[in-house]
Amino acid sequence: MSDATGTLPAMTPATAMIRTLGLIAALCGVIIVAAYQGTYDAVQENKRIAVERAVFKVVPTAQSIVEYFALADGKLEKVGAGGTASSAAPAGAIKFYAGYDKDGKLAGIAAEGAAKGYADTVRILFAWEPATQKVPGFGIVSSRETPGIGDKIVVDKAFLANFPLDAALRDDGKSLAHEILTVKNGSKANPWEIDAIAGATITSRAVGKAINDAAQALLPRIRPHLDTLKEKP
Amino acid sequence: MSIIMSAATTDRWDEFMEGVWRQNPLFVMVLGLCPALAVTVSAVNALSMGLATAFVLTCSALLVSLLRKMIPKEVRIATYIVIIATFVTVVDYLIQAISLALYDALGAFIQLIVVNCMILGRAEAHASKNPPGIAVINALGMSAGFAIGLFALGAVREILGAGTLFGISLFGASFQPWVVMVLPPGGFFVLGMWLLVFSAWGRWRQRKQAAQGGAAQNA
Repeated sequence: MSDATGTLPAMTPATAMIRTLGLIAALCGVIIVAAYQGTYDAVQENKRIAVERAVFKVVPTAQSIVEYFALADGKLEKVGAGGTASSAAPAGAIKFYAGYDKDGKLAGIAAEGAAKGYADTVRILFAWEPATQKVPGFGIVSSRETPGIGDKIVVDKAFLANFPLDAALRDDGKSLAHEILTVKNGSKANPWEIDAIAGATITSRAVGKAINDAAQALLPRIRPHLDTLKEKP
Repeated sequence: MSIIMSAATTDRWDEFMEGVWRQNPLFVMVLGLCPALAVTVSAVNALSMGLATAFVLTCSALLVSLLRKMIPKEVRIATYIVIIATFVTVVDYLIQAISLALYDALGAFIQLIVVNCMILGRAEAHASKNPPGIAVINALGMSAGFAIGLFALGAVREILGAGTLFGISLFGASFQPWVVMVLPPGGFFVLGMWLLVFSAWGRWRQRKQAAQGGAAQNA
């Protein structure tokens, strides 16, 4: 070998490379599957506890929670019952939580809403009282809003004074009587309007939009079933 | 002192202290800045990130070192990344199982451990050239150094930015938090301050050593 290639360092044959990479990838696959299987139960339990804690926070009088899907065809279905063994949502279904007080009476309904905030999507959990048709309050599920500015939505007293918020359905039950709207700081005139925090208008708007969108989609589906929801099943 | 210690122990201790002190990943090599600046808003977050990184770094160093004779040099980087990504996935599941609140606080930065240049750097520069024992000791030292660095950042930012340490209020209700400290710029301020402190300290030691060396020569 007198040509230039003779001076290059020896190449590893392609088959050896493929074999080694394949073996290592297979080994790593086994490790990942083992980790997933090993932690699955603990992770699911953690998620359930986190959701329950959030629901108890927005529906303070609730003692127990029943999870439902409001299906696209207008029917309700208990999560975990009726064919769906897991908590995977059927297509078009909206999940909500019915909180019952110690006498087994419906204390409130909680559901998730989401809207684009300043930094990222703000996901909130809000409550709805069927008796008064009002939103008594909300909690944050996840938010990356600026600390000290956007994250004031759960501590700012003036902002929290917007609640209970009017979220009454129209007489035909197809949508809200008044769209929930976030207005500029200091210009709230109606009980369905949210007075924004000065300096955190975008986050305040996200809260209003999240509640409005979720309520418009979910409440009309729930309304025909309110009588059956009233007592704990 | 070093005479009493056996040579092997000193070597191992040296290997460990390499990462903690002489080549501290954060303050000397200035590596892994993305998690160092992003998640160190509180001492708990910083320590958790340090532990997660330590797990990934140590496990991947062990595996890379065990497989070092098997891995063809042409595909070594790809192999290291696969191995590192595996352990990052494992740690991702582990943190979800331990605490969802912590998982949310660390956010995307758990997955981003995979691109922490310190870990790939260790696999390439150290673990692939040394037997498993030494590779693991070196990785543990680096992890300890990184965790100490993150904690130094996190503690200062939490004390100034929220007036608390490990969630315990330090100054009472009258304290007005320096909000900038928990925002991204605060991370840069505090990192800059620590780098200043460390470099001043390093120079002071050097000068002292030089003075001592000169004295010894004169004597």
